[in-house]
Amino acid sequence: MKKQKVKDEQNDMRTPFAEFVRKFSKQKTAIVALGFIFFLAILAIVSYKIAPYNIDAFDYSAITQLPSSKHLFGTDEFGRDIFSRVICGTRISLLVGLFSVSIGAFCGTILGLLSGYYGGILDSTIMRICDTLFAFPGIILAIGIVAILGPGISNVVIAVAVFSTPTFARLVRSSTLGLKESVFVQAARNIGTSDIGILVRHILPSALPNIIVQYTMTIGTSILTASSLSFLGMGAQAPTPEWGLMLSNGRNYMMSFWHITFFPGVAIFLTVLSFNLLGDGLRDALDPKLND
Amino acid sequence: MLRYIIKRVLAIIPTIILVSIFVFMFVRMIPGDPVALVAGPDATIEDKVIIREELGLNKPVLQQYANYIKGVAQGNLGTSLKTKRPVNYEVGLRYMNTVKLTLASLTWSVIAGVLIGVFSGRYRSKWQDYLGMTGAVSGISIPSFWIGFILISIFSVKLKMFPTVGAGTWKHLVLPAFTLGTSIAAIIARFTRSSIIEVLKEDYIRTARAKGLKENLVIWKHVFRNSMISVITVVGLQFGFLLGGSVVVESVFAYPGLGSLLIDSVNYRDYPTIQSLILIFSLHFIVINLIVDLIYATLNPEIQLN
Repeated sequence: MKKQKVKDEQNDMRTPFAEFVRKFSKQKTAIVALGFIFFLAILAIVSYKIAPYNIDAFDYSAITQLPSSKHLFGTDEFGRDIFSRVICGTRISLLVGLFSVSIGAFCGTILGLLSGYYGGILDSTIMRICDTLFAFPGIILAIGIVAILGPGISNVVIAVAVFSTPTFARLVRSSTLGLKESVFVQAARNIGTSDIGILVRHILPSALPNIIVQYTMTIGTSILTASSLSFLGMGAQAPTPEWGLMLSNGRNYMMSFWHITFFPGVAIFLTVLSFNLLGDGLRDALDPKLND
Repeated sequence: MLRYIIKRVLAIIPTIILVSIFVFMFVRMIPGDPVALVAGPDATIEDKVIIREELGLNKPVLQQYANYIKGVAQGNLGTSLKTKRPVNYEVGLRYMNTVKLTLASLTWSVIAGVLIGVFSGRYRSKWQDYLGMTGAVSGISIPSFWIGFILISIFSVKLKMFPTVGAGTWKHLVLPAFTLGTSIAAIIARFTRSSIIEVLKEDYIRTARAKGLKENLVIWKHVFRNSMISVITVVGLQFGFLLGGSVVVESVFAYPGLGSLLIDSVNYRDYPTIQSLILIFSLHFIVINLIVDLIYATLNPEIQLN
């Protein structure tokens, strides 16, 4: 009984961050996922240096070879080493995911803060635009944007950023609405803190946990969307070692050579999976309703 | 209830207008002159003037928009640049294929997703839960085109059970529908599980157990029915992913639906068709969400009271 009380007091004294670290460290899957993401990030940096073969070198003496000790993942229809191409593709997918979601999160957060804090016409205008963007189902909006801008990986980044902005805007708006009336924001206002100061120093930090969870989850989705667009011929163009594009190029050989499409697919799957698992873990660790 | 329905139906009108403006602006945002695109590289200046008039591009923008809306309202979506046939005709050829594909995918994914979710929620933190949720998080992480390829190489190439590409018989539908439904099944499973866990905390569940009901009866009669109310809204939202995902899946299976038509049109820069398809996809999504909201309202008395 006494022990329990001491423990409770200790719990109360923990900072929110320490509490988060304690809860997160219990999420074993999420930690493994985080480790794998670190591994991918390092791979993205060093891939071009450690790749055993030149990713663009055609080798007509070794086309469509099955995996072997010489070519771990086999070779494609031009005799290029699939292992080298897959590890070099890490950089593209991570960068596309990171860039597009960061832009989307940045714009969405600003829109959400303004919308929730000021309300009125500004709020209804921003929310109407978000509703409209939400009315385009799934990947269709991204396809439409690429159709306007033309194919290419940088246009995919823009398309995915536009696609993820309204989600962040809604999320941040609803957090802002709740926080606007809270005591500490009222107090900040009473001592004369400017609106920007309140938004940046008081409301944003409190909304941050939700933004981080959403950010992690959206990276997974946007890597998937970007590789789908490349698969459809709207994203990265040959000979970029983009995973979706590699799958698309390998489709003609799929009947006889499974390995050409198999390994890039595994790469997409594991990358997206690790971001989703990390997102799940963060959400559970930040959710105050979930106690051990 | 009637007032709620009217309010909800009226609320989608501004969204539809905004969507139509977006789609209308769409063609005008394309870099370069649409007339040059339509006319082709060999066209003379006279040709271009005629085409400009045909497309109505010499009129003020507002009037162009009015004409466009009038055309759409009369069911006239313009002419395809690729086939020179009316877009309506091209859409009509493929419309039912996409409807069949999305409905088949939705049916299996709702059944599978709800079942997995209920079992995971009921046996929370047991092996059933871990198995179900591992499957579900994998399902949302797998690229659909990759599943499609794997299914084709196993069931079409090796086992020769289903055709690789095309449409027509139910056999053509099995692999694409399975592929398209996977991620939605996974999302529904995850949502159903958390909804079940929420409902299990309710007082009336304790009452049901206290009066000696068997656990199966508690789950299916009380927990299941109450958690389904919120699952329905998720199904509506997932319909968007279904429509969007159909583009990728139809491309994998060379399935002649609206999605593969969209890809063809983008590759051919067939703007009237792209514009019409994006409008069609969005309108369907808006209307489906309206229907889902109304179903939700009929099932959830709290909404009717407000």
